[in-house]
Amino acid sequence: MKTAKKMTLTLPAEELMACGHLACQGCGATLAMRYMLKALGQKTALCIPACCWAVIDGPYPYSSMDVPIYHCAFETAAATATGVKAGLEMTGDAETTVVAWAGDGGTFDIGLQALSGAAERNEDIIYVCYDNEAYMNTGIQRSSATPYGAWTTTTPVKHFKTRPKKDIVAIMAAHRIPYIATASISHPEDFFKKMKKAKDIKGTRFFHVYAPCPTGWKSRPEDTVKLARMAVQNAYFPLYEIEDGDKVTLNLKLKDKKPVTDYVRIQGRFRHLTEAQVASIQAEVDARWERLLKSCAA
Amino acid sequence: MKKVMMGNHALSFGAMLSRSQVIAAYPITPQTQVVELLSEMCADGTLDAKFIKVESEHSAMAACIGSSVAGARSFTATSSQGLALMHEMLHWAAGGRHPIVMGNINRSMAPGWSIWTDQNDSLSERDTGWMQYYCASNQEVLDTVIQAFKVSERLMIPAMVILDAFALSHTYEVVYVPDQAEVDKYLPPFKPAIRLTPSDPRAFGGLTGAEHYMELRYKLQKDMEKAPALIEETGREFEKMFGRNLGLVDAYKCDDADFVFVTSGTAGFTARVAVDELRRSGVKAGNLRIKVFRPFPFAKVREVLGKVKKAAVVDRNCSYGAHGIFYQEVKSALFGEAGVPPVFGYIAGLGGRDITVDTFKEVAAHALAKDKSDEEIVWIGVKK
Repeated sequence: MKTAKKMTLTLPAEELMACGHLACQGCGATLAMRYMLKALGQKTALCIPACCWAVIDGPYPYSSMDVPIYHCAFETAAATATGVKAGLEMTGDAETTVVAWAGDGGTFDIGLQALSGAAERNEDIIYVCYDNEAYMNTGIQRSSATPYGAWTTTTPVKHFKTRPKKDIVAIMAAHRIPYIATASISHPEDFFKKMKKAKDIKGTRFFHVYAPCPTGWKSRPEDTVKLARMAVQNAYFPLYEIEDGDKVTLNLKLKDKKPVTDYVRIQGRFRHLTEAQVASIQAEVDARWERLLKSCAA
Repeated sequence: MKKVMMGNHALSFGAMLSRSQVIAAYPITPQTQVVELLSEMCADGTLDAKFIKVESEHSAMAACIGSSVAGARSFTATSSQGLALMHEMLHWAAGGRHPIVMGNINRSMAPGWSIWTDQNDSLSERDTGWMQYYCASNQEVLDTVIQAFKVSERLMIPAMVILDAFALSHTYEVVYVPDQAEVDKYLPPFKPAIRLTPSDPRAFGGLTGAEHYMELRYKLQKDMEKAPALIEETGREFEKMFGRNLGLVDAYKCDDADFVFVTSGTAGFTARVAVDELRRSGVKAGNLRIKVFRPFPFAKVREVLGKVKKAAVVDRNCSYGAHGIFYQEVKSALFGEAGVPPVFGYIAGLGGRDITVDTFKEVAAHALAKDKSDEEIVWIGVKK
């Protein structure tokens, strides 16, 4: 008979997000929020622009969160967070961590100017982009974070997206901000550790968090964590951090890098792709991975 | 202390004396000196505030909204295209009930590029829920910033303090700068009942269904309706402390007048000279300068114009497809009242074209020759 193992919790049990939120089943963005708050704690203020999370926390007058939220305009997450931080400091609160929490549309597209401005000024905020690779809240329209090959309601199968995803991490690295990290809901300990680290850094910190969306990806809700894990293990979404714009550290080395085929084939949004098209995704992932390894070595 | 200063610096001094805590601004001609001086004041410690040098006016207003909801007194300044870029955030600031005070230098909208004055920039924002004060002197600019913070923070409604490009923004006048200690007595620190803080975690501005939205807007309107009385009350209080009254309107020789100009901004002071000249030639003229446009002082306008025989509204703006905007409001104020005078509408001075004493004489000659205006808009000095 096996001896009973004592379970060790790798994340704090404290929950700052309650049940009763309005997310879809299997929402990756919801897990991302939970993990972030576990790392940052209650002394956190959120600025959330138009995105799924503008709805998820609950309608007025309810909120499923134990931290304050300012719902801001679509393109203003970084600017609003900048103002909140300044306002809190001027009223004697230098301690609260101010987070701009935006989707990929609010980050890669409409909010990029305000984000670039805040990063260039090195505002003392954490900016988190939870990336579900399209405008999901408005009903699955393509954003510049939508990857090559994906179906969305504005990139129909006959005209699927043929341009690659915008490299937001490289754009942020070009601002030479103190800290950038990618993170995945499939690797909560890694996410938690990096968020803890970021909390103690002063200046602009940027997180790119991979957050699968069953509704938009046409995947099964129970596959959300699995898809996120596959994307890490096949280098579709590698886990790494960049300090001061150029010190790149790979957080998870891939001894046995998986092919992208399985990951692509369990998502309805890629169903129309031919073998050759999937092969071209593989080639693109491989090239990006090589570039990343090179930048780590440099 | 007496100081010779430009209108833009009167805005800066007003923001400084009000102890603004966060300033977020983006440069635009003819506003730049406002924020240049404020950034110097922040840099040398004259003003204990954070100055956020944002990358656009849209972000300027977004940052002010953020700092205001965190509980800090927040100020910005802009003009024309910058104000238009802020449009979305103006609704946000008012709808969110953030009592930000903003200087706006009235500058014409492009195209063609114009840096000179008219009022279409600020008047295009009349329905955003902001209070609007139109100033006619540098002294009034400085004083109004301080008053505006007091009124805004009481009602939790933002306000624009507006001045004409160049005619005021770059014109130097003698300004009495009040003592900081006195201003502190007049304007207490900003202490909102509810603010964004982890010690009282709330969600601001979330998804609001039809069962709540209308009530929020009803409350905004109801509080806006309290503003005229509050502006007069705080204006009298200001007069007691500083000797200068800040009211809703400035009526010049209207008491016994038969014929009254209705004006706003610096044109309101030019009109006084025309009034004096007309009186010398036997016309009992007067001038009603409307200082506060939002909320519109309907009662005051009725009170002054109800007694006169003719009113001529001179608009430095145009609502295309309709009329001059002050003209519309004045007519609306008088509509349905018994014995109200005929109202004549004039448009002058767009794109920085000067409004001079002769402009008013031309207006008077036109209005005095007729019993009733035969056109809704009479353009003054336009090459047809």
